[in-house]
Amino acid sequence: MHIDKHFISIWFFIGSLLVVYGVLILGAGVYEWAAHSPTEVVLANLHVDVWWGAGMLVFGLIYVIRFWPRSDAAK
Amino acid sequence: MPAMALWFAAAGARLMSLKPVDLLIIVIYFVLVLGLGLYLRRYASTSEEFFMAGRQMTAWIAGLSFISANLGSLEMMGYAAATYQYGILVAHAYWIAAIPAILFLALVMLPFYYICQTHSVPGYLHLRYGEGARSVSAISFAVMTILMSGINMFSMAIIMKVILGWNIHFSIWVSSLTVAVYVMAGGLLSAIFNEVLQFFLIWIGCLVIPIVGLIETGGWDGMVQRIQQNFPGQDFIHMWSTTGSFAGNPMGVHWTGIVFGWGLAISFGYWTTDFLVVQRVMAAKDLRSAKLGTVIGAFFKMLVPLIVILPGLLGLAVLPFKLVPESMAGPGMHSYNEVLPLMLARYCGPGLLGLGITALVAGFMSGMAGNVSAFATVWTYDIYKPLIRKQASDAHYLSMGRWCSLLGVFVSIGTAYLVMNFSSIIVYAQAVFVFFIVPMFGTVILGMLWKRTTPAAGFWGLLIGILVSLGLWLWVKLDPGALKYIAFSDQAKDMAENIYRAMWSLIANVVATVVITLFTKPKPAHELKGLVYGMTEIPAEGHFPFFKRPITWAIAVAVGFVILNLIFW
Repeated sequence: MHIDKHFISIWFFIGSLLVVYGVLILGAGVYEWAAHSPTEVVLANLHVDVWWGAGMLVFGLIYVIRFWPRSDAAK
Repeated sequence: MPAMALWFAAAGARLMSLKPVDLLIIVIYFVLVLGLGLYLRRYASTSEEFFMAGRQMTAWIAGLSFISANLGSLEMMGYAAATYQYGILVAHAYWIAAIPAILFLALVMLPFYYICQTHSVPGYLHLRYGEGARSVSAISFAVMTILMSGINMFSMAIIMKVILGWNIHFSIWVSSLTVAVYVMAGGLLSAIFNEVLQFFLIWIGCLVIPIVGLIETGGWDGMVQRIQQNFPGQDFIHMWSTTGSFAGNPMGVHWTGIVFGWGLAISFGYWTTDFLVVQRVMAAKDLRSAKLGTVIGAFFKMLVPLIVILPGLLGLAVLPFKLVPESMAGPGMHSYNEVLPLMLARYCGPGLLGLGITALVAGFMSGMAGNVSAFATVWTYDIYKPLIRKQASDAHYLSMGRWCSLLGVFVSIGTAYLVMNFSSIIVYAQAVFVFFIVPMFGTVILGMLWKRTTPAAGFWGLLIGILVSLGLWLWVKLDPGALKYIAFSDQAKDMAENIYRAMWSLIANVVATVVITLFTKPKPAHELKGLVYGMTEIPAEGHFPFFKRPITWAIAVAVGFVILNLIFW
């Protein structure tokens, strides 16, 4: 495979997806929390979506920064 | 196999409804995989790049792809359902029926696959035994792969209808065409990238269930206590201590069946010779990466019970109603097969629910992509090239691979519609698929480890093994009383029956291969170099510190495997 210097690492794509999903899930969780309209799920008081979304966002950001496409090295 | 029972998920009210944020999450996934496929097209411009991803994958990518090719949604939901039915015994599928075989593949078999630079497992059989063995394995594999791909796709559509109320035709066509675009464009590289993506999605999407579930039950002990309250007198939480007799456990299986049928015949057959999974690690950039990637896959395989078995057990503990077999599920009732979606709906609100559903869809799609890419490779290299057009340009074979991927998707769609009208096909296909790969293991391993094994024995041993497995299956279908001879007990459930039948199939294959070998002419020694133990120089892995060597991590995984079995004994 002629992986060239412009090849974007799979880890970057994964990080990007986690960032986007993290923002969406965190946003949905914060909205539910702030609007005091908890969903009907069990243990809704734990606000799992907020913590899970935040975790995905941080994890995704680490991957995005670490594997940001650079022209000086192939992944 | 419990996964196939999902097909029978009967119609009923949908289990959950999605909010806009959930739909957005699903749409983003589709856009990303399509974009990835189109982006990777430029990196698949030769046949070697298209079929083998240029053999440039790192250990981590090869390993995660290897394990993701097996981590399909159908399997996840099926094994979670089986856990609700049989208890933690089902975790054997992830431990004894996986870890020893995967480590054996990494340390013993991979060097031979890798050194001979073949493109597929049937390709190895060609080099070792000749055209006959390759043709039997390639044709069976191609037909079964594409059939299973269609069955998986149809099962996904049914599940999406049951869970979300989606239209069956919409689910089949949108998912299939998306897979067609990205596999046709990027080949194995595209399939591998999507499998790695799926690995993350499945873990992040499903890990919420065990975490929140254990909080709800007050930890493991609390969960066990609730299960015992809900199902008094039944043991769902021991893996070995109840297998001293057939009647002592919910599955109706003896430990000998678990060890020799599940842990040896089925497991080694699947993990070491099913090209669908082996292809992933054969695409690694060097032998050390291939071995290390396989060990990485074993490590994560060992952890999968966290997101499959534990949700099944939690279902036994916390669901306010009892699930029933599919055949008994009437209006307002839920079947075993719905346990994973039910647990998802129990703990996941808007956003997280979309993530969980995306994980399931991703699992189905990458499963189909895996089947289609393996089909394209076996068709092009092991059927089209040797039997139909021996001499052609690389561009021709590349083009054949691309069109074959598209054809594979359309045949899968056709299969899905065929299954819709003739549901019994699922039962037949499942039996043939599972028991085709078991005798294949005997043929491959005897060829690798015993230089005397002859080409005639390889061909006839494989054929006899397949015929015996089919014959035993038919025997029980025609005369259910035969079960007590095959599985040693008329109490044996479906899963136990499969386990014992696999064992007999492997024994028949090995005995036939050995006996025929003793009466036929072996290959000359010089033709066995690079193919057989003792005739092959295994290349050194290079000078690496101990913590970068596959053997170190293989030992760590083996120790973890033993400890887990002791903990849940």
